[in-house]
Amino acid sequence: MISTRETVRMALRALRRNTLRSTLTALGIIIGVAAVICMVTIGEGAKSRIRAQIEGAGTNVILVFSGSSRSGGMRGGMGSQPTLTWDDLRAIQTELPLVRAAAPVLRTMSSVISESSTWTTTIYGTMPEYFVIRNWAVDKGVGLTASDMAGSTKNAVIGRTVAVNLFGEGTDPLGQIVRIRNAPFTVIGVLSSKGQGGMGEDQDDGIFVPASAFQTRIQGGLTQFVRGPIYVSAMTSESIQPAREQIAGLLRERHRLAPDEDDDFSTTTMAEMTGVFTSATETLTNLLAAIALVSLVVGGIGVMNIMLVSVTERTREIGIRMAVGAQPGDIRAQFLIESLVLAAIGGAIGIVIGLGVAKFVAAAFGWSMLARTDIILMALGVSAAVGVVFGLYPAIKASRLDPITALRYE
Amino acid sequence: MALLELREIAKIYRSGDQDFMALHDLDLDIERGEFVAVTGSSGSGKSTLMNILGCLDSPSRGTYRIDGRDVAGLSRIELAAIRNEFIGFVFQSFNLLARTSAAENVELPMIYARVPPAERRRRALESLERVGLGHRAGHHPSQLSGGQQQRVAIARALVTRPPLILADEPTGNLDSVTSLEIMGLLRELRSSGITVVFVTHERDIAAYADRQLALRDGAILSDTRSAEATP
Repeated sequence: MISTRETVRMALRALRRNTLRSTLTALGIIIGVAAVICMVTIGEGAKSRIRAQIEGAGTNVILVFSGSSRSGGMRGGMGSQPTLTWDDLRAIQTELPLVRAAAPVLRTMSSVISESSTWTTTIYGTMPEYFVIRNWAVDKGVGLTASDMAGSTKNAVIGRTVAVNLFGEGTDPLGQIVRIRNAPFTVIGVLSSKGQGGMGEDQDDGIFVPASAFQTRIQGGLTQFVRGPIYVSAMTSESIQPAREQIAGLLRERHRLAPDEDDDFSTTTMAEMTGVFTSATETLTNLLAAIALVSLVVGGIGVMNIMLVSVTERTREIGIRMAVGAQPGDIRAQFLIESLVLAAIGGAIGIVIGLGVAKFVAAAFGWSMLARTDIILMALGVSAAVGVVFGLYPAIKASRLDPITALRYE
Repeated sequence: MALLELREIAKIYRSGDQDFMALHDLDLDIERGEFVAVTGSSGSGKSTLMNILGCLDSPSRGTYRIDGRDVAGLSRIELAAIRNEFIGFVFQSFNLLARTSAAENVELPMIYARVPPAERRRRALESLERVGLGHRAGHHPSQLSGGQQQRVAIARALVTRPPLILADEPTGNLDSVTSLEIMGLLRELRSSGITVVFVTHERDIAAYADRQLALRDGAILSDTRSAEATP
């Protein structure tokens, strides 16, 4: 057998001799690899985007809901079977060392009327701690304070979208009165923009009022129960799980649950929710990548097709080579390496194009591009493997030719 | 010991139920340095004989020894090695690689002999020089005349310095003037000690050889040596 370097040189020469055909053949591989790379890279970008968005909901967040949990999900809607009391909330806020902050999130949809217009939006009844949990700063004016809570003041902090829709771009919303279910609230602050949430909702489309005022003015009276989830922020990311256990222990004790009784509340973490969404995205990405992989296989069949044509077309050449002393192994290696080189070059070009397209798409959507080295190496490996697998049969066919038959071939 | 030694060589082709015997128990010795013409009408078995001599085909039965070595039972790899080191082929249709320069065509056998590139190029040019085509090394076959292409083929056959050159109708595709040139070239090889066996159906071309072997129906009809021939 002659050296691989020699064979590669021979393969490159043969491929150059028919540039157009080589290019078209490689195109199948190029498109396949580009599609795989593009899909995976875009998918990774989307995944990290979703993760960032969900995590943007707050740091180290634990959600506590009323109602028991079942394996696999929550039962009932928020408040459908309220079990969490305001005293529970206060206990979580004050008694647990691993809890940094906790706040209720009461919500309802309502139309809001300003002097100039009406806007239907979500009204949140919460506490100052909420903005700590969500890392959400006030852009103009001031935020809700403890005294707002204590005094049930009719003060409101509004999101950017609400500000624009109720007052227009030009007007300063601070000090303006908005009417929510006939109750007048004074706008004391406008929140900084948070953009799209993890589920695609506009997080800036909301009005935040003190939970106490929410109960009396909007929900229709004070109740013992918190009619909404409680957002809790753990001290550190490591303390999320311990804090969750502390909360569960505290609530079980406060609700006087016997050891064999199920929880009458449920907790979940942002990490878990992130996991659900990212795994959904991952499934989709893998599906798309699998479809792209099919096109790579089709490209491989294209290589095989052309190699078979090439073997037939070059039967005489094979005969000549055998007559001057080429061994069957030399002929096999020649065609195998030709198809390998073709596929590998196609793969390399495909990677460049795939990354280029992914970069373009990422830029268009404002995502960050995450090129995964393992996927790139895999794509290169797969295209090389495609070259070998689909080149093997034509190469073996060539090497088995009888020298005389090959020489006489017209 | 003869360079080529054939004993009771038979070649049988099967086509359907019919067996066709291309060679009938042929006995033949070719000595070192001989210049042999094999003649015969088409179907006489001369091409079959050449293919067997060149290890491109194997006999159905009988013994064929090259330089004392029995060819029967050699693997395809070993046969390839014999073709590479021991035999240089010249074909009627030249059989050069298209779109490949004359020098690269001549280098081809040396690739399979694992000669390093630099030496390969040097020897290819040397060989082209020898057949008078040193100035055409970069030309592709399509840019060369028939006679020039056949010279490139001879240069290729010579380049591994084989003791045996086999030529199958080397002048079959050439005009008479060019044919004479090619035969002159083969004759020169003979004087440098190389054994040359060629097939032809032209009597005047066969006359160039020292020994004429006439075949008919797969058997030797006559085996004559020219007066001045030295076996």
